[in-house]
Amino acid sequence: MKLSKESILGLIALGTFLFMALLAPGFLSSNNINSMMFQIPEFGLLAIAMMVVIVTGGIDLSITYIAALAGVGAALMLTNGFGIFPAIIMAILFALACGAFNGFIVSKIGVSPILVTLGTMVLFEGVILAITKGSSISGFPDAYSLIGNGYYLGLVPFSIVIFAIFAIITGLLLSKTSWGRRVYMYGSNEVATLYSGVKNSKVLMKVYLYAALLAAISAIIMTSRYNSVKVDLGSSYLLQSVAAAVLGGTNIHGGYGKVIGTIYAVFVFQFIRNGLNLLGFHSSLVDVVIGSILILVLTMNFFSDKFKKKQEQKNASQAA
Amino acid sequence: MSDYILQMKNISKTFPGVKALDNVQLEVKKGEVHALIGENGAGKSTLIKILAGIHQPDPGAEFYFEGKDAEIKKPIDATLKGVSIIYQDLSLFPNLSVAENIYIGRDSGKKAWKKVNWKNIKRISEKALKELEVDVDINTKVEQLSIAQQQLIEIARAMAFESKLIVMDEPTSSLSSSEVEKLYRVVDKLSAQGISIIFISHKLKELFRLSDRFTVLRDGKYVGSYDVDTIDEAKLVNLMVGREVTYEKNQSQVKTGEVIFEVRDFSKSGNFKDISFQLREGEVLGITGLVGAGRTELAQSIFGINKKDQGSLEIHGEPVDIRSSEDAVKKGVAYVPEARQTQGLVLDQSIINNISLPVIDKLNNKFKFIDRKIEVEMAQQYIKSLDVRPSLPELPASKLSGGNQQKVVIGKWLSAQPKILIIDEPTNGIDIGAKTEIHKLLRRLANEGIGVIMISSELPEVLAVSDRILVMRNGKISGEMDVNQATQEKIMNYALGGNGKQHESVVIEKEKVSQEV
Repeated sequence: MKLSKESILGLIALGTFLFMALLAPGFLSSNNINSMMFQIPEFGLLAIAMMVVIVTGGIDLSITYIAALAGVGAALMLTNGFGIFPAIIMAILFALACGAFNGFIVSKIGVSPILVTLGTMVLFEGVILAITKGSSISGFPDAYSLIGNGYYLGLVPFSIVIFAIFAIITGLLLSKTSWGRRVYMYGSNEVATLYSGVKNSKVLMKVYLYAALLAAISAIIMTSRYNSVKVDLGSSYLLQSVAAAVLGGTNIHGGYGKVIGTIYAVFVFQFIRNGLNLLGFHSSLVDVVIGSILILVLTMNFFSDKFKKKQEQKNASQAA
Repeated sequence: MSDYILQMKNISKTFPGVKALDNVQLEVKKGEVHALIGENGAGKSTLIKILAGIHQPDPGAEFYFEGKDAEIKKPIDATLKGVSIIYQDLSLFPNLSVAENIYIGRDSGKKAWKKVNWKNIKRISEKALKELEVDVDINTKVEQLSIAQQQLIEIARAMAFESKLIVMDEPTSSLSSSEVEKLYRVVDKLSAQGISIIFISHKLKELFRLSDRFTVLRDGKYVGSYDVDTIDEAKLVNLMVGREVTYEKNQSQVKTGEVIFEVRDFSKSGNFKDISFQLREGEVLGITGLVGAGRTELAQSIFGINKKDQGSLEIHGEPVDIRSSEDAVKKGVAYVPEARQTQGLVLDQSIINNISLPVIDKLNNKFKFIDRKIEVEMAQQYIKSLDVRPSLPELPASKLSGGNQQKVVIGKWLSAQPKILIIDEPTNGIDIGAKTEIHKLLRRLANEGIGVIMISSELPEVLAVSDRILVMRNGKISGEMDVNQATQEKIMNYALGGNGKQHESVVIEKEKVSQEV
């Protein structure tokens, strides 16, 4: 039987978990499991957002700043006496405005996504700095902090439930709807979709809007958990989310990528980071390990693709 | 020493699904201008790319340079043997200077940190330009030069490399007539110096003006090599077109059905001008002409991918406005592009996903999810009716042969239930058996009421499938005829614009058509 890319990664995630459970003292303690469960949702949502963009062959370097700006939106509402729901709506609206801006320039004007989002990354950062004057906004109502710190049925963190819901929604959107199908088709060959009457710009616009929406959800969880928001909210997740998407099997050139793969990759990162911390590794060394794993996996992917292509060519010339 | 600078023998090349070259040979004598001719898709480019070391031939190929056994495994091997190739789309570095472009590549193999010898670069490039009588400052950036000048820079580069054999791929296709004359003089001069030239062109007149010998390819096969004084234009056309692959000529009666599609005054500057035609029910309209005559651009403008300057469309008597491919699909116009693998298909995706692509949002169930069952059924229906093999709906399109890939593209459009199907070079790169199948399919679709417009450079195909034929030349319709009055020679005459009688005959043909209406 042949295992899919994703199942192999799932096994690797399981293996890392067992490995760390055996080696790292206190890895299985309820305290540690708990802290991992609280860290996974905010990172996972950003990684899935990144994955969706990468499936189109693009990238969204502004994603964490969209999250930060969304967080600022929520914080402004909360600190000005509005309730939780208006705050959440405001966070989502801020994010969608950013996503629409990215989507417009990428899809209608046709500038390459890496350049557009590099620009908007700086732009959104500037907007946040202008609003916050560089300091943090904090002091949210207790009810708000429940989103990121509370438990569902006293057992599972709310944030994990939210993450699971959005992971499932994303999976369904990508695999079951015509939009999702077009996202994959566009990512595989955008010329052919154009020649098939697909309105590419509409497909892309929705991709950037959806990524921004996920960033807003992540921002709500983060601001609630930290009880404050600053310009660098979640910014350390930026390149990690690219790494998780790619480790999760997403093709950096577009056309392939699955939610489940990305989630496994997020787990792998989380287990390694957490386990190494417990083992007393310096955080810089943790980065070295994670970077090395990433390069190893990508090199292996590259060679296995190349091998497959060669094999195909051989078959073709034999057949002809 | 051998008389031949180059001999290539037993050259075959198999691409996945198609045999591009089948046991071809090419022999070029020292100092001669050798014309390599054949219709589009005859294998000229593939042969040249093998000579250049870009493609590897199938095992068994033999190369001899100046009589000596040689191997060409990569581009540098060809360069070292003294072969330079000037491609149709030039391969200069636009942001580098003339001198740098002429010199580039010469240092390869040397240590990267070795100082660039600018004096040497200057000397060599100035010498080469002087020999060609090109009056260009060597410090000018190449992007500032005209196409003709750029071409001369490429030739200068070839000379600076002390090339013994220069291949020119349709060098005159984008030149004005005075520039063309200048290029001819350069070619004469080079051959007088003992440099051999392989000249690829569709313009027979110019080939007779320049060449000493001809090698004719047809459908990837070697037809023969001929001295210029043993052959004339008519015979050459005959050899290119060939008698081997004649399909049975379409014996249809003139279609008198209702006009289902009308194109009026389509123009786009630089591409095509004042194109008007009608398509009748049950009719296949063939549009032919040379590459670059504006056929594909016209089709893409009708389909909404390219903007047009002016023009209007009517489908079943109703005016329609198409500004994008999305509009086109909505209005019932489908387009099968020439570049099947890059424009027609999403190769990495399954046959099903390709077939359902244009209609995917019409397959939603009540939850707004794609109804997979309906989708699979639909795909299987087209796989069956078009006889796609292997009939595995989940197979990626990349695994199919060219003919089956084309069927998938056609299936994709049938799923959208088009009123008009425009198909561009329907059998390009497809083997003979599958070609006939595609031809029958196009006839069948026309009989089922879909208006079929077929763009093709392959004359036997045009004659086999079309009911009526439009010939385009330089962006204009240069001739129109019913298939029962058409011959390959007649079409070629319109396409090449060889004689002055053409305008008159166009008028006559048009009158005939309007009388029959």
